[in-house]
Amino acid sequence: MKLTIGPVLFNWSPETWRDFHFRIADEAPVDRVVVGEVVCSKRTPFYAEHLPVVAERLAAAGKEVAFASLALVTLERERRAIAELAADNAILVEANDVSALRPLAGRPHLIGPFINVYNEATVQWLGARGAQGICVPPELPATSIATIAAAGGVPVEVFAFGRVPLAISVRCYHARVHGIHKDNCRFVCDQDPDGMLVETLDREPFLTVNGLQTMSYRCASLIGDVPLLRTSGVASLRLSPQSCDMVSVARVFRDVIDGRMEAGAGQEALAALFPLAPFSNGFLHGRAGVERVTVQ
Amino acid sequence: MELICPAGTPAAFRQAVDAGAHAVYCGYRDETNARNFPGLNFSHAEMRESIAYAHARGAKVLVAINTFPRAGGLDLWHRAVDEAVDAGADALILADIAVLDYAARRHPQQRLHVSVQAAAANPDSIRFYMEAFGAARVVLPRVLSVAEIAAITRAVAPCETEVFVFGGLCVMAEGRCSLSSYVTGQSPNMNGVCSPASHVTYREDATDLVSRLGDFTINRFAQSEPAGYPTLCKGRFATGRMQGYIFEDPVSLDAAELLPALRKAGVAALKIEGRQRGRAYVESVVRSFREALAAMDAGQPIVSPGLLSLTEGQSTTQGAYRKTWR
Repeated sequence: MKLTIGPVLFNWSPETWRDFHFRIADEAPVDRVVVGEVVCSKRTPFYAEHLPVVAERLAAAGKEVAFASLALVTLERERRAIAELAADNAILVEANDVSALRPLAGRPHLIGPFINVYNEATVQWLGARGAQGICVPPELPATSIATIAAAGGVPVEVFAFGRVPLAISVRCYHARVHGIHKDNCRFVCDQDPDGMLVETLDREPFLTVNGLQTMSYRCASLIGDVPLLRTSGVASLRLSPQSCDMVSVARVFRDVIDGRMEAGAGQEALAALFPLAPFSNGFLHGRAGVERVTVQ
Repeated sequence: MELICPAGTPAAFRQAVDAGAHAVYCGYRDETNARNFPGLNFSHAEMRESIAYAHARGAKVLVAINTFPRAGGLDLWHRAVDEAVDAGADALILADIAVLDYAARRHPQQRLHVSVQAAAANPDSIRFYMEAFGAARVVLPRVLSVAEIAAITRAVAPCETEVFVFGGLCVMAEGRCSLSSYVTGQSPNMNGVCSPASHVTYREDATDLVSRLGDFTINRFAQSEPAGYPTLCKGRFATGRMQGYIFEDPVSLDAAELLPALRKAGVAALKIEGRQRGRAYVESVVRSFREALAAMDAGQPIVSPGLLSLTEGQSTTQGAYRKTWR
């Protein structure tokens, strides 16, 4: 199984964003890195100047680079950005909204986890139009993943590490919680590099907010499910960046996949690397996503 | 503008037609439709009878087959499409690419509508569905302002646009939300349910009523407060800066006063949410909106139908139709 570093979903400072990718390029044992803004188009200008040099450094290090498109597209400038991305034949685009499928039809591209892909017929339809890889939605159970992979044609990627993106809105909850308007948001989402904690009224940690996006509080970790993922025919695992040491996270996954480390030791290593929240893997087992299912 | 009304039962269906609905939308009693609630929806025979009832009275029927098929289980969705076409549905409301593809290839004459669950929020997405599957109409997600709706409607003609004007309000982009399955294992996309009643519990804590979904507290009501259903995104939560309705207040959509603006925007159809609601709701909302449309046609001011008592919240909103909602 291959490893992919997903796009940074949070609003990190441009320098942090750049240096994160430099280190991934130089040190992380991953095959593909997806860059670009998925959540909020207002963030794009901040790190745009670093994007070419980051892509170059990743490619020079032997990583395949893909450019993610925005998940929720409503504005003219967002549509133009996708048109420009899709018009450049030299780059590999990961589509996160069906609006990107039109300009990409007939040429190689990837399908991101924000496009609704739930069954083998949809995957094959997309494959016939040029999709060369699909990161399925995080809520998909292993039974569905196995059926999709068995149908063949398009390599399947599964969201295997990181807080799980659960919903997207045009309303910015960071701005709402700060009592300010979205159009004058002052980019307050940059205060929470791993998302803003949302607790229940019993003060139980529940969700996190990342601007327009709502995410899980718990961190997905499928490190204990590597055998199941392998028998399900999964081609690659997606590690979604958190502000922890993602190079080490990637190494742990690589070691467990390659049999150099036991899954239990891997889980312990990940817990030390990401102490912010407990892990979950319920979606993969067809249960509530928040659950943690122990694989015997 | 066409008024599209919900029906969760044959009785509500007849009520909607009798009250003046131009079209009724409904679905089969299984996981193929996005309101797959216990005790709701139509058997194949009931659907056929209902379609005949509507057609005899000049109303159309739109059959919603708008969940995303389980891998390995597409037959159920294919059968629903074939059955609805054979029963004489005026249009099918579909969301999944594979189901759209099947319907377009197998039944090229059948009129297809893109469900709100497909989250087609811009002209490029809508053109994708038009070109790939011949979509004749798109139900717009509740994330757009009236100005954006007008621009989209102009851009995608001859494809028609349909918008929600009344009822429950998703604050997240529809069809792109797994909050419910994160907590309960059941989602709108996969199972046609959100925050299912099977996972709801209520508990009394001193004088408060605590509502829970799965293992999480969604809200807490003092004795003096009306207790709402614990739909996940409408709950009260806490952050370091704010405690309360983080995502959305317990409000329902009421866009009656925006009818003239929506007509000017070129919208073809107005949709009322609420297939899970009873006959009384359907009757009152349909009648009120027919009156509002008549008032508009007569050049009179539109008065909000005053249906607060019928909403699921304690107040109403115009939602994303007003840009400040964001």
